[in-house]
Amino acid sequence: MEERPKRIILTDEQKRRRRARSIAIALALGALAVLFYVVTLVKGPAVLNRPL
Amino acid sequence: MSLVVFTALVGVMIAPGHLHPVIGFTALLCIAVGAGAAGVLNMWYDADIDAVMRRTSARPIPQGRIAPGEALAFGIVLAAFAVGVLGLLVSWLAAALLAFTIFFYVAVYTAWLKRWTPQNIVIGGAAGAFPPIIGWVATTGSISLEPCLLFLIIFCWTPPHFWSLSLVRADDYARARVPMLPVVAGPEETRRQILLYSIGLVPIGAAPWLFGYAHTIYGVTAFLAGALMVAFAWRVRCEREGSALSVPRTISSLSQSSICSSSSRCCWSRVA
Repeated sequence: MEERPKRIILTDEQKRRRRARSIAIALALGALAVLFYVVTLVKGPAVLNRPL
Repeated sequence: MSLVVFTALVGVMIAPGHLHPVIGFTALLCIAVGAGAAGVLNMWYDADIDAVMRRTSARPIPQGRIAPGEALAFGIVLAAFAVGVLGLLVSWLAAALLAFTIFFYVAVYTAWLKRWTPQNIVIGGAAGAFPPIIGWVATTGSISLEPCLLFLIIFCWTPPHFWSLSLVRADDYARARVPMLPVVAGPEETRRQILLYSIGLVPIGAAPWLFGYAHTIYGVTAFLAGALMVAFAWRVRCEREGSALSVPRTISSLSQSSICSSSSRCCWSRVA
């Protein structure tokens, strides 16, 4: 009989931490999107001008 | 961190020209995140030292709350985002300076100088002195003498500040085999160096006024703050084991006054 591959089973604490990490990453990405949107509004067409 | 953000803000504010508040906020945010990234990478590399020092033993990696590999990945991602966003939204020259600052702090100070020479925080202090230049460059797009003077002030302030702290924690540093000045040269030499650096800092702190970049109010404030720091350094130099109870307090006052004097020096008003 073929043996099924072992799967990693997270504990409740690990699941809670993974959820907290996921929320933190989502918030950071959301904030980044808002930041780029606002800066684009502020700079207007000049947003493509990126001098040294 | 607060000193990094504050000095970067000073660099933004004293620079000629106008920077939109949103762009200024973005620049400060990126500098703060970059400083955080450097701190994470420092804690990743120095986890072995942190574990044996009382002051740092409660940090997340020595305590096992965060795995070293995860900290490394987090630090690299933070650094990449800070530099990338600063370059895309503000200035690529400022971004390059931020990248160099993170590299200098992690590779030059943390990985090389810290465990090798008692001059570690003298040279490594440059990393903490870059933020006002980055702030200036974010506004003007170029480097000039004014932010370099701010760099010089923080660069020369860092050694007496950290030596005063390391005097109190000398046993910690000795246990971790970190060659801080009190460990290598003894407390007497450290006290002497603190006083010498504090005296040297007085004209350097007033340099923006001496060069004509700042108002007289700034010059007077800088001289008074510098004199205060020299007075505290003199107390640290003179007080010995017999008055051991007051020494840590004096050293603490020296650190606080040095931070205040450094901050007040940064607050200059431009000559019209």
